[in-house]
Amino acid sequence: MTKVAIVGLGWSGFSPEVVDMSFREMMFKAAQRAYEDAGGLDPRRDVDAFISCQEDFWEGISIADEFAPDPIGGAMKSVYTVAGDSLQCVGQAYAMIKSGLFDVVVVESHGKPSDMLTLHDVMSMALDPISLRPLGLANIHALAALEARAYMAKYGVGPQHLAEVVEKAHRAGLRNPRASYAGRLNAGDYELSPVVVDPLREADIAKFVDAAVVVVLASEAAARDLSDTPVWVEGVGWRTETSTLELHDWAFPLHARMAAEDAYRQAKIADPAKEVGFAEVDNRYSFKELQHIEALGLAPRGSAAEMLLEEPSTQAAACPSTSAAARWPRGSPSKSTASPD
Amino acid sequence: MSRNINFKHRVAVVGAGMTLFRRRLLETPQELAWLAAKQALEEAGLALKDIDCVVIGSAPDAFDGVHMKGEYLADGAGGWHKPVVRVYVGGATGVFTPIAGWWHVASGLCRKALVVAEEKMSHAAKPHPQYVFRYIWDPIVEKPLNPNLIWIFAMEMHRYMYKCGVKKEDIALVSVKNKRNACGHPSAQLCDPNITVDDVLKSEVLVWPVQRLDVSPVSDGAAALVLADEAEARRITDTPVWIKGIGFTLDTTHWTNRDLAYPEYVRRAAEMAYRMAGIDNPRKQIDVAEPYDPFDYKELHHMEGLGLAKKCEAPILTREGVTQRDGDLPINPSGGLLGVGNPIAAAGLMKVAEIFWQLRGEAGARQVKKPVYTGLAQAWGDLMQAGTVIVLGI
Amino acid sequence: MTKPVNPRGTPIKEAEAVGIEFPVVGKARYNYTTGEALGVFLAGLKQGRILGTVCKRCGRVFVPPRMYCSYCFRPVDGWVEARDEGVVVTAVASYIEATRARAEKARVVGVIKLEVPGYKFDDHFFPGIMHYICVDDEAVKSMGIFGMRVRARWRPVEQRVGSITDIECFEPAGP
Ligand SMILES: [Zn+2]
Repeated sequence: MTKVAIVGLGWSGFSPEVVDMSFREMMFKAAQRAYEDAGGLDPRRDVDAFISCQEDFWEGISIADEFAPDPIGGAMKSVYTVAGDSLQCVGQAYAMIKSGLFDVVVVESHGKPSDMLTLHDVMSMALDPISLRPLGLANIHALAALEARAYMAKYGVGPQHLAEVVEKAHRAGLRNPRASYAGRLNAGDYELSPVVVDPLREADIAKFVDAAVVVVLASEAAARDLSDTPVWVEGVGWRTETSTLELHDWAFPLHARMAAEDAYRQAKIADPAKEVGFAEVDNRYSFKELQHIEALGLAPRGSAAEMLLEEPSTQAAACPSTSAAARWPRGSPSKSTASPD
Repeated sequence: MSRNINFKHRVAVVGAGMTLFRRRLLETPQELAWLAAKQALEEAGLALKDIDCVVIGSAPDAFDGVHMKGEYLADGAGGWHKPVVRVYVGGATGVFTPIAGWWHVASGLCRKALVVAEEKMSHAAKPHPQYVFRYIWDPIVEKPLNPNLIWIFAMEMHRYMYKCGVKKEDIALVSVKNKRNACGHPSAQLCDPNITVDDVLKSEVLVWPVQRLDVSPVSDGAAALVLADEAEARRITDTPVWIKGIGFTLDTTHWTNRDLAYPEYVRRAAEMAYRMAGIDNPRKQIDVAEPYDPFDYKELHHMEGLGLAKKCEAPILTREGVTQRDGDLPINPSGGLLGVGNPIAAAGLMKVAEIFWQLRGEAGARQVKKPVYTGLAQAWGDLMQAGTVIVLGI
Repeated sequence: MTKPVNPRGTPIKEAEAVGIEFPVVGKARYNYTTGEALGVFLAGLKQGRILGTVCKRCGRVFVPPRMYCSYCFRPVDGWVEARDEGVVVTAVASYIEATRARAEKARVVGVIKLEVPGYKFDDHFFPGIMHYICVDDEAVKSMGIFGMRVRARWRPVEQRVGSITDIECFEPAGP
């Protein structure tokens, strides 16, 4: 069976509001960059299938896949949509190429949250319409706050740990030209950030940006043609826990653990803490980074926070993240994907 | 695209299930998904623990009124603690869901996959589910005209009638055939054994040339399949039905820039599936077909796109009785969306289930007369852009 | 035996439906960015002009415009102005509103293939927009509307807002 590689990547946007381009135009710009990066590939000739990762309510368009093909060179070609984040699409592309039917598959994802006027209402629509929505949560971040509390109480994590995550992410962002919210936080800045839902402060919550990202994946043979430096996808995993929040494990993201185990099995990784050189983990909330480091087996359960304080350099090397800004929350608390390369 | 390859894992359908299709069902979307999934598992003699991954199909989100509907449905679709993905291509989703299921198994990532499609149109949209479709239009250049969903399809139907010289009487024959066929389907919403062409032509005019009985109904429902790789399939059943070909295409968004008389996107999707299945003369090699029929003209349009009829020839074949259940090329023996009902994604998957049952000789009252070895199901969606095709064979 | 065997589900009447009201329409609201191409298009409408973009590699003209050619996958080469006149390629008569309620009177709507001086288009790809057509529904039922020449009826300048509705409808333009 063929190996699968990433051979090109492109982006556009990554600012709080892209006012001069529609989401379609952002997709086009990102696709142009990605195809150039993939050795000047011609999507009209060289690509077998395209996947667009989106959800109707994020787009404000019902059946949003209608708008997927043209901006990425996919008109009258094989295009479909995965309702999920782009990592899940990478998983689909991986399966498609492994099947032997597809040689080159393009994954596109975008978000234009600045177009949304009623973000809170839209996010609330992800709650069970019968058991949860009628509660009329005044702030959707309350769900994450519940998780944060459960996690912090169980493993003795305090605000100082969250502050450290926030500070590290903003600092790391300084070296990333796409990090709109990068910055150096001074001691005490974190405490000055207003509390949104205890224990989460504004600084704990990733802010939105408008952005589009396009990734080109290829089979081994195609990858060797397109790129001198393909990055091999050694394993992918995605798992759903439950959308019934009453049954959800609030303290530990089991879904992420299971997804990681799938990916590690494929990648033949026995001890991720030793074998994974660096990681980009979902840190849409500060505490999520700590939770995910543990779920991914990069630190023992409940120890990510202490590691962070004790060995900040090791920790930063193990888990540098772009910036809190570069996260566009597209998943639900119950879903996770992992894809170590 | 790779050609003439030998897939390491052949993929079979080993079980199918579905709910009743009705204008309004008591069950929640999750419960509907569960009912269909459970029946499919039972038919395959499997339990949920045997399933490695789940593929969900559902679109659009606004019907169920749930944002991130895939996550929501996962509980009912057996996705608890499993790899779950939700795919969609508008109306074409139902046939696309097992296409995505195919690569889950063909890649070796999963050995047994559960494929579930669900739609509940009755409860979310006020004042009428058609209103939700307002959001399928281009928000900047089309939505300000306050369109109704049926406009776009009426425009395609009228262009087809104009280009091919088709009369409404000929198109109505499809509705009559399918609503009569549906009387053999235990799930059917709109069986009518006595319906006539006259009934269709006298029904309420919605958007000329579309009348009420030209259109499939608003429905709630779910359908499910179990897929397995070859070794598992042989263990599970003596009569696996193989997925021989898959194809999918999405035409340009800009539907006002192209001719609507011929569904090029279906032709290309079919070509992809036929190439994989080794079919070069579909009219001869396809024994039974379930083309997508949310509107009666669509069955004709799609037969032509699928190469089951020449351009403008499908109305003639229909008039001659070729497409009847006892005809030479049975089309929509299930009763289709016009007869069984149209819970969007579930309706497409119902078509794949129908081909599965037909090829296994299990369609009972609906079993077509001629012996059948190869069949196909097809669906269509978006702004008249999406074509999805699956070829099954024994 | 006929599959599916005993399909389940509990049919109910609308009156029996116990529901929790949560309106979707209106709750989720958006402010769509028009972007480069449609932004110029809408500004053009306000001035009574229908603008499109052109790809010089394949010769396609795009109305409504986009900044990229969907077929060559490259940026377009510039703008062209279409005439506010063309022929009807398909049309229908709507007797219902967007809400499915019966309309008070029939409304004709169709796709108009626009003319662009210096360009010729076949039936397979052409600059075209959907709009109302100010004719009687009989013209639709008789199919006489196919190929009819029509011209935009613009709203008075002071009423234009930079929207597709700055054109009231297309009306017969004579032979
Ligand atoms: Zn071009």
